[in-house]
Amino acid sequence: MMTGLLTVAAVAIAGCSSTSTTAGSNTGSPITGGAKTSAAAEVNCSSGTLNAEGSTAQTNAITQWINDYTKHCTGATINYNPTGSGAGIKNFTAGQVDFAGSDSALNPAKGEVAAAAQRCGGSPALDLPMVTGPIAVAFKLQGVDKLTLTPDLVAKIFTGKITSWDDPALKAANSGAHLPATKITVFFRSDSSGTTENFEKYLKAAAPADYTATPAKDSSQSGFVGQGKAKSQGVAQAIGSTQGGIGYVEYSFAVQDNLSVAAIDNGSGPVELSKNSASAAAAAATVVGTGNDLSLNLDYATKAPGAYPIILVTYEIACSTYTDPAVATRVKDFLAYAATGGQAALAGLGYAPLPASLQGKVLASINTIH
Amino acid sequence: MAARVRVAAPEAAPAPDPAPVPPLRLTGSGTARADRLFAAVTRGAGGFVVVLVLLVAGFLAVKAAPALRVDRVNFLTSRTWDVAGHRFGIVDMLWATVTVSAVAMVIALPLAVGVALFITQYAPRRLARPVAHVVDLLAAIPSIVYGIWGILVLAPLLRPVQDALGSAHWIPLFGNEGYSTGTIFDGGVVLAVMILPIITAVARDVFERTPVAHLEAARALGATRWETIRLTVLPHGRSGIVSGAMLGLGRALGETVALYLILSKPPAGPFSPSLFAGGETFASKIASNAAEFSTPTQTGAYLAAGLVLFALTFVVNAVARWIARRGDAA
Repeated sequence: MMTGLLTVAAVAIAGCSSTSTTAGSNTGSPITGGAKTSAAAEVNCSSGTLNAEGSTAQTNAITQWINDYTKHCTGATINYNPTGSGAGIKNFTAGQVDFAGSDSALNPAKGEVAAAAQRCGGSPALDLPMVTGPIAVAFKLQGVDKLTLTPDLVAKIFTGKITSWDDPALKAANSGAHLPATKITVFFRSDSSGTTENFEKYLKAAAPADYTATPAKDSSQSGFVGQGKAKSQGVAQAIGSTQGGIGYVEYSFAVQDNLSVAAIDNGSGPVELSKNSASAAAAAATVVGTGNDLSLNLDYATKAPGAYPIILVTYEIACSTYTDPAVATRVKDFLAYAATGGQAALAGLGYAPLPASLQGKVLASINTIH
Repeated sequence: MAARVRVAAPEAAPAPDPAPVPPLRLTGSGTARADRLFAAVTRGAGGFVVVLVLLVAGFLAVKAAPALRVDRVNFLTSRTWDVAGHRFGIVDMLWATVTVSAVAMVIALPLAVGVALFITQYAPRRLARPVAHVVDLLAAIPSIVYGIWGILVLAPLLRPVQDALGSAHWIPLFGNEGYSTGTIFDGGVVLAVMILPIITAVARDVFERTPVAHLEAARALGATRWETIRLTVLPHGRSGIVSGAMLGLGRALGETVALYLILSKPPAGPFSPSLFAGGETFASKIASNAAEFSTPTQTGAYLAAGLVLFALTFVVNAVARWIARRGDAA
């Protein structure tokens, strides 16, 4: 096993990904902030094979990281199998994959924490937040491309308490816009998805009076009205082809399909969805994990100015101690890259980078893996 | 199966004729061994399939049991599907599965019989072959392509048909539920296209085997072409039509990816019998949620739904066989 150390300018890696679109994204803000490195990130290369499995929500991010990382680190092979968070955790605790991707942290109530610790030879497993995925409330309405919604309005629309676009409550929140008397058609996800669960968690936290269902990945008990469509693609396509349609989709799909995205007003003014506003909401999260475990409690009801509150954070779940030190080095090197140089590639894929405050903690935690 | 093997043996034996006595004995013993071997292989193949089906049923039952044990509602009569709350009821799925397949059969069966009759009775030989090939090609299209085509292209085109039928909204089946696309009706039409080649192929094979004597007799009596078909081809092909229909129905009941993409999931609410509402079939619901199976209870609940689909297919097959046998006896 050969371990080499390469120092590459982080900007160069971001450039390789060819996804940095805006001028601001290559200034390296996700790399400099919080992390102990300043202008350049170190990419430690280790050769050998890593197997990972889990969340579908982070597939595009991790695929991009694998491409960029293996391009710089010849001899490294990383496989990520997007089978869903549940399957990822199951196969991680069974020792079949080296780390897992998951939309939620290990759940002690389900015994996942204990099972993972057993797999890691008695040492605790770490939940490492790695990707912030903003969820857009996208809509299509003739003559309207800017819309502001409060949590109460979102909850009322999705549960069928508001059924027409010219509802007085909607008009009150959007005094400038001319809202037609079009019927509102709600679209939600028919397949089990972390997007649905996080959207419901947002409604439950920010509009408890109007949304009372228990958040779950399956939308069967969501209380949403309208029609369920398969995958983000199906929801985005349905909104785009329906006058008066509204639904929640991962941000990248709203961008791809040219859908209008509502600004969310959690109480301190309307916030447009952007990678910065989504990162700001992730910064409002509190770490509830103990020690090096960074499982988060997202503050969906955050009133922090400029924070877009409807986000999901997906984790990588890794052992704090691996029985095979070679595997530990490989996991550590790849995740360290993901948390530093890899973050710059995220904006072009419809994700938001980790906020600087959190990024420093994630990197420190990754560095303890052995 | 065994009968066919025994028929094959005497055909093989007479071949080495010229030197009578010793070769005959040699080939005789060799043939007997080949015969036994072949019989064993076919028996093995038949047995393997039966064992496989039993294992699948056993797997489903074993995996489903823990979920059924904690089910707080009646599995067969409840409409609730709440995995976290341990409430599994399959009525909605059963309804969607049966209606979407029924729509497909109503459209595909007459069409397939018509196509098969055209190919075997009406079309000139030059035309019959290409038409048959084109119909067979429909079976080669992957179901995910059918699904994407169905929701993006066909469903919007079906809107006028849906609206026209929907004007008879006093019929519960045609009630307007406010769906633009992704209805049971849309799914059924796409399924009809998918099962058309299966039914056509079986029906065509049987129609081609109508005894020439019967055809000639009908014509000698002065029957027109339609009367000939009605008096000879259709009665002769009846069991073939039924078995073709059953193969098609089996495909329709179990179709997963196409319906997963096409069908809209209806919101929780009052039950709607309308074909112009969304729905989730057993298979499409399992596909929707398979990526996030985590606990054994959750997995079991979906596999229990799969078990019902398995049983449904058996029941449908049994009924079809009964119909076919009654027809043959008549």
